[in-house]
Amino acid sequence: MAKIQLNGKKLELKKKHSILTLLKKYKINFNKVAVELNGTIINRDKYKKINVKNKDKIEIVHFIGGG
Amino acid sequence: MKKDILKIGNQIIKSRLIVGTGKYKSFKETAQAIKLSGADMVTVAVRRINILDKKKPLLTDFLNPKKIKYLPNTAGCFNSEEALRTLRLARDMGGWKMVKLEVLGDKKTLYPDMIETLKATKVLVKEGFNVLVYCSDDPLLAKELEYLGASAVMPLASPIGSGLGIQNKINLSIIIKNSKVPIIVDAGIGTASDATIAMEMGCDAVLVNSAIAKAKKPTLMAESFKNSIIAGRKAFLAGRMKKTSYADPSSPSKGLI
Repeated sequence: MAKIQLNGKKLELKKKHSILTLLKKYKINFNKVAVELNGTIINRDKYKKINVKNKDKIEIVHFIGGG
Repeated sequence: MKKDILKIGNQIIKSRLIVGTGKYKSFKETAQAIKLSGADMVTVAVRRINILDKKKPLLTDFLNPKKIKYLPNTAGCFNSEEALRTLRLARDMGGWKMVKLEVLGDKKTLYPDMIETLKATKVLVKEGFNVLVYCSDDPLLAKELEYLGASAVMPLASPIGSGLGIQNKINLSIIIKNSKVPIIVDAGIGTASDATIAMEMGCDAVLVNSAIAKAKKPTLMAESFKNSIIAGRKAFLAGRMKKTSYADPSSPSKGLI
């Protein structure tokens, strides 16, 4: 079990998750986002390999309307 | 006549009107307005995804980044670190190297913090970004951005979202005259004639968001802006007549009855 912070929200993950399975859990298309783990941008090809650990801070961003 | 092409960095931009995608009522309206504006490059912001609302529509579902150029911005960033973080994430999302840098210095005026802007420009150029930089209308700082390697310099016409039009034509004309990189008026444009004036002065392009999105009929205003940019550019290329203080009759005075 890992207690993480995802986009500023505190969450408790009951199962073991990689970045990829975490994105799948929230039905996020990984081609349309960028992921930052503890301040470091994670390349898309590493989503599968990197496991989410306790106290991780994850940011998932995408494009929205802006000027 | 030589073909009139706008090149920013190594990219050819077809339309001299760049449109922002914020403040519209819906993504559908955004897409319609952009289509009618004729723009082939649009600005977008980078924000946290809403993890709780899985069905929320995405901008990319309405504006295909493969068909229209996305220009990621750093709106809301108040120092160079935040801006760099945002643009590095944007690059990771889809390989965007052409970006809009704006580092804000004050919440009320949204004037750029030029010290932080210069700092961030330097780093981004070093990292291989093509940087279009929102800046104050100070001719010396605009030139400094060019020296640092900015792909385009984007002085404000007036505060972001104010709709006040070009407030300092003298400075803007000096910036245009001195620059070797494209000058794009960014921020403060209120209506189509403001864009025409900027283009007549010799600006290379204009970036508009609020003036279209906040119009009573955004899609009609988008069309109007498309025409105003074309009109202004052609007037600039045509070269306006000289101004005189007194009248000069258009009909010949010879042969009067």
